[in-house]
Amino acid sequence: MSSSSAFNDEKGGSSSVGEPEYGHDPASGGIFSSDYKRHDDLKEMLDSNKDSLKLEAMKRIVAMIARGKNASDLFPAVVKNVACKNIEVKKLVYVYLVRYAEEQQDLALLSISTFQRGLKDPNQLIRASALRVLSSIRVTIIVPIMMLAIKEAASDMSPYVRKTAAHAIPKLYSLDPEQKDQLIEVIEKLLADKTTLVAGSVVMAFEEVCPERIDLIHKNYRKLCNLLIDVEEWGQVVIINMLTRYARTQFLNPNINESLLEEGGGGEKTFYGSDEDEDEDDEEKEKEKKVEAAAMAKRKPYVMDPDHRLLLRNTKPLLQSRNAAVVMAVAQLYFHLAPKAEVGVIAKALVRLLRSHSEVQYVVLQNVATMTIKRRGMFEPYLKSFYIRSTDPTQIKILKLEVLTNLANETNISTILREFQTYIKSMDKDFVAATIQAIGRCATNIGEVRDTCLNGLVQLLSNRDELVVAESVVVIKKLLQMQPEKHSDIIKHMAKLTDNIQVPMARASILWLIGEYCEHVPKIAPDVLRKMAKSFTNEEDIVKLQILNLAAKLYLTNSKQTKLLTQYVLNLAKYDQNYDIRDRARFIRQLIVPTEKSGALSKYAKKLFLALKPAPVLESPFKDRDHFQLGSLSHLLNAKAGGYQELPDWPETAPDPSVRNVEVPEWTKCSSREKRKEKKVEKPFYSDSEGESGPTESADSESDSASGSESGSGSEGSGTGSESEESEEASVSEEEDEEEEKKTKKRESKKPVQESESEQSSEEEDRKRERKSKQRKSESESESDEEEDSESDSSQSESEDSESEAEIKKKKKAAESKPPSKPVKKDTKKEKKEMSLLDLDDFEPTPSPQVTPVNNLLSNSLVTDLEGLSLSDAVLSPATIAPSSALKSYELLHRITGEGLSVEYCFSRQPFSPDANMVAVQMHFTNNSTSDTKNLHMEDVKLQSGMRVKDFPEIELLPAGEKATAVMGIDFCDSTQAANFQLCTHTRKFFVSIQPPVGELMRPVFLTENEFKKEQGQLMGMNEIAEKLTLDAKCRNEHAIVQRVTTAANLSRVPCGSDKECRFAGRTVTSGSLVLVTVASREEGAAQLMVNCEKMLIGTMLVKDILLALTQ
Amino acid sequence: MIHSLFLAKEKAGDPENVAPVLQTPHHYLISIYRDKLFFVSVTQTEVPPLFVIEFLHRVADTFQDYFGECSESVIKDNTVTVYELLEEMLDNGFPLATESNVLKEMIRPPTILRSVVNTLTGGSNVGGTLPTGQLSNVPWRRVGVKYTNNEAYFDVIEEIDAILDKSGTTVFAEIQGVIEACVKLSGMPDLTLSFMNPRLLDDVSFHPCVRFKRWESERVLSFIPPDGNFRLLSYHVSSQNLVAIPVYVKQNISFLETGSCGRLDITIGPKQTMGKMVESLMVTIPMPKSVLNVNLIATQGTYTFDLSTKVLLWDIGKLNPQKLPNLRGSLSVQPGAPKPEENPSINIDLKIQQLAISGLKVSRLDMYGEKYKPFKGVKYVTKAGKFQVRT
Repeated sequence: MSSSSAFNDEKGGSSSVGEPEYGHDPASGGIFSSDYKRHDDLKEMLDSNKDSLKLEAMKRIVAMIARGKNASDLFPAVVKNVACKNIEVKKLVYVYLVRYAEEQQDLALLSISTFQRGLKDPNQLIRASALRVLSSIRVTIIVPIMMLAIKEAASDMSPYVRKTAAHAIPKLYSLDPEQKDQLIEVIEKLLADKTTLVAGSVVMAFEEVCPERIDLIHKNYRKLCNLLIDVEEWGQVVIINMLTRYARTQFLNPNINESLLEEGGGGEKTFYGSDEDEDEDDEEKEKEKKVEAAAMAKRKPYVMDPDHRLLLRNTKPLLQSRNAAVVMAVAQLYFHLAPKAEVGVIAKALVRLLRSHSEVQYVVLQNVATMTIKRRGMFEPYLKSFYIRSTDPTQIKILKLEVLTNLANETNISTILREFQTYIKSMDKDFVAATIQAIGRCATNIGEVRDTCLNGLVQLLSNRDELVVAESVVVIKKLLQMQPEKHSDIIKHMAKLTDNIQVPMARASILWLIGEYCEHVPKIAPDVLRKMAKSFTNEEDIVKLQILNLAAKLYLTNSKQTKLLTQYVLNLAKYDQNYDIRDRARFIRQLIVPTEKSGALSKYAKKLFLALKPAPVLESPFKDRDHFQLGSLSHLLNAKAGGYQELPDWPETAPDPSVRNVEVPEWTKCSSREKRKEKKVEKPFYSDSEGESGPTESADSESDSASGSESGSGSEGSGTGSESEESEEASVSEEEDEEEEKKTKKRESKKPVQESESEQSSEEEDRKRERKSKQRKSESESESDEEEDSESDSSQSESEDSESEAEIKKKKKAAESKPPSKPVKKDTKKEKKEMSLLDLDDFEPTPSPQVTPVNNLLSNSLVTDLEGLSLSDAVLSPATIAPSSALKSYELLHRITGEGLSVEYCFSRQPFSPDANMVAVQMHFTNNSTSDTKNLHMEDVKLQSGMRVKDFPEIELLPAGEKATAVMGIDFCDSTQAANFQLCTHTRKFFVSIQPPVGELMRPVFLTENEFKKEQGQLMGMNEIAEKLTLDAKCRNEHAIVQRVTTAANLSRVPCGSDKECRFAGRTVTSGSLVLVTVASREEGAAQLMVNCEKMLIGTMLVKDILLALTQ
Repeated sequence: MIHSLFLAKEKAGDPENVAPVLQTPHHYLISIYRDKLFFVSVTQTEVPPLFVIEFLHRVADTFQDYFGECSESVIKDNTVTVYELLEEMLDNGFPLATESNVLKEMIRPPTILRSVVNTLTGGSNVGGTLPTGQLSNVPWRRVGVKYTNNEAYFDVIEEIDAILDKSGTTVFAEIQGVIEACVKLSGMPDLTLSFMNPRLLDDVSFHPCVRFKRWESERVLSFIPPDGNFRLLSYHVSSQNLVAIPVYVKQNISFLETGSCGRLDITIGPKQTMGKMVESLMVTIPMPKSVLNVNLIATQGTYTFDLSTKVLLWDIGKLNPQKLPNLRGSLSVQPGAPKPEENPSINIDLKIQQLAISGLKVSRLDMYGEKYKPFKGVKYVTKAGKFQVRT
């Protein structure tokens, strides 16, 4: 960060400021002498006793420096005043000293002792300012003194002095780079500082001196993340930029599965994110088993390191900063580090910056342009913010145009083109030219509008402005080069234009086009040549050259008709005034007209003239710029600036995350990772025994609830047991737990006392056993160690401790002492794993996800479990769960009507990869007949207007008794109208129809609680439907509600602080309208259902469906 | 080095078109253009350009704050103060104290009275005490502030940015707002400002004093205010809400295909003004370069046509709904020049007092931490921002 304002640029900048004054100074020698005189009275004034005189003198001296005049001969007089009591004088002396010390090293040394004294001053501000000036004096001889001073200041009591020490480090480094090693030591020390004041400055020093020593950051990483919000704004920028680089070296690419997941990234990714802990568990288990570990790891879904998450979470609020640099820093951090689904949050903040000063706009637009190439979707909602005003400076206009072009897609292209039309009329011709190029790019990128664009551009050919015409012709030329065969009519049209268009450049371009593609317009081309031959002598030179080219090309392809014409033109050219044209004519004649003399080249004339010219590529100049860290100077210039630190690629495998563990975690400062570990360990207890008062009682209830859940809910229960870890953190009682507690309490009251006693004793035994096992098990050591750590740190009350111990016991019990439950648990885990693998397969773009019903059911229950758990997790990423609940199958064709062929379909709720606006419908074909069915396909689709269908791939053969699955996509246009079509086999046709339940017309979206509230606020009134209901007796806990709602509609859950409310969000598949559902439960099963949706019809139907699901 | 900046300026023609970042053989120049001045910083190494740009604007803001205006002559007259300021704001190229309150504690802004007193008594502009602001965890506020009249005023200023097309349809419209505060309260007051309809605020950015957490959870602005004037909040009103367009423009600007003249006829009328008076109405039209002069009659207000920049400016004043202002007449075009391709766009400036066009309302201001009762006031103003009518 060595930027300095020109006014303060002591090292040379000031000399240029005052140049004009120098200009007349040498003219009269007298001025020099008077200068000396003036200096004399300045010296007198400086020597006087009066501060006011000194001050006046110093002011005049500083004014001289500001004008670029040399005041160095005053050095001795000034330096004497360094110890002056008057603060303003002192400050001005400092200014002077810093400016001239390098020139007058010997004299400067006189002042050093004053500063050394200052360094010992009891006032921290004086110490700091002494260090600041001392370190600014660029005199090599005092390097050791500086070093000492910095070292001392680095351990000063006052954070302000330590901050100044951090600032002094880069100064010393630039003066003497040999001090690097010692300075790194100081940096390391200061990095460990816990105050916000120091953090920004020391990271700045780090970046300047040793940016490659990324290892110094490990131990301070979490602290920096947590302090960030309170650091002053400039420090924030530096820290965020540094942490971006750090994260790139230490964490895994969150979008690593991008290629697999493609479309539906959002939901799924967060889904995986939410079960991090559980996966870690799995990992450990795997280690235990040491079976197929490697293979699993490879296919294992991505798990975000909690430290990575910490960084993302703690930087997000800074998007609200008033400082554009901070906002940009966070934006680039998200762009480079966040999972694809989360990057979107930065768009709004960046768009906000567009209202700032034009310089800010310029930089932001450059970065937005780069971002839009990779993540177009993010800025699409803000399309209109990039509309251009006639008052924008040209450079801003062109950047906005770039962004608009990048944002163009099939849906918005018509609006964008309409905008472009108004731009073309602008007075700013550079901008018009850029607009025409933009239209060309839109046309190449979006096939649908290519013809429209071409037509529009052809019209522009008649524009009066030469620049416009030339640009249009060039762009048309490029467009036609891409697929000339399709556009022979445009070439014809352009041929006609030669009669009217007078702009030479345009005429030349048209002629080139006709010559190049003369085979596509075999009749017109010779005619054009005829006309041109007529007017040849009156044409401009560039046109003449192109006439020659045209003649040559025609001669080669169609010599019959054009031989004479060509000869004629060549003869005309032979006597032209311009030697270029004469040369060209001679050259062409030799090449194409076969004579005895003509050399070997004429054989290749065709190859020379009619070679296939490569189509020009129209692509954004911002393509691939993102290999530079966004927001950096290098990115802006698209060239590496000095001192630029490359943004490293993600590592293949994550380096050891434990390097970030701080040795002595204090309870209060303990970073989230440890907290989570703690959680992980304690969770099983809490979820079981939460809210119990006494230890004995809790022991009781624990065992009860455990047995209850284990026996009662079987595999599902075990799922909760192992996965509930995350939810513990929140520790606000979950409904589920409450329910369980209630149950257990009831049971408790019924149970005889002795049973609980026996329980206790058995538990004690367990405990002993567990301790033994602890010693035995070496792998579990690390975990348990941390457990102990955290427990001791936590300094919780005794009772809790004992409770937690009991919990451990319980857990172990579950794992060891109860052999029957153990296998079950493992099994489910295994299955779960398989399930996730299957899921992964599902996301592959190729159709026909092979999800068997068994797996579905299992995964559903597990996932809903997960859902319930992750919700209350406040520390983790706000996570949603991939929507998945029991897939209901509908009959499409009955066995009897289908003559043995039966077809069922279900809405798989997977994104339909060929078209995001379509709902994926999974069809299950069963051939119950005795003969094979062949050529199973669909025909004669009848749809309501607007609806679209993507057929499933034909099934060639379905042998007797076999089953098959296929996936088709239907765009229902957000209506529940049926899609009718014929299902055909090689022998028969069946009329069938698919009608979607309203809940399938949406896909889940991820919203945070706040976003949800905000969106809800915008969907009031007519868009809000509320209904009171009484919940079904089996559906009175959160868990069941979530399950039923997600079964009824493809929504994802929104995290919510209150346990009485469940919120869900989704978007309709076609229009993307938000659908927000809230279920608020009250006492006695009373509840209120509220649906907010812009599409009232959908809202109404959804309310009905959910109502039904919740009450039955 | 600086030379290349002037070269770039010459090339661009308009100083606004000079790229903020220029590359010279050995240096990078990052500059801003404000108040007809370039503020340039020089760097040789990588630095986030916005970091520098933001800082330069902060410098210009500080000058504005200290000297009342930010112009060449003012900076020349106050070189010493400028030097002192920069000395405090930067250390070795890294921003140090950019908070106006902290700076004012160290370097007092010059006033006429003080300079007179200083010359008589030999006092100085530099604070006698060392600054403590940098040390506190509320660096934006000085300690020991004392006022006899304790007052807190908030101005809610909203600007409508809009593009209307030829037919008057809104192509794009949005509302930006800021809350400018003038808080003169003794001690360390802790203020809470709440809104009737905070949901309107879509995208906000705060002064660092605002507690982000409370905004997130309760949608109230809770803060210990800086002393004096500051911008508390800037916001954007969610684009889903329809933006009320206060005026409509009926316009007809045409140039004849042959002959060297054109016609202009503009009428402005109120549209959605919520019953308030539209004031300071002003119309600016940058005419095509080929327009030589205009000959117009305004039914209200006065018009001027700048012959060099070709900007037609019509200052209307208050909009009278009973008698709509109209400007009509002929334009003389350079003979022989082709008919201008584009009709000029019309830029409108206006002001509506006592109205926040988004409907935002401050509900209450509470003060904690101090005993006295402050005077409180909220003022609403709506202005046209970048309000453009395409023709």
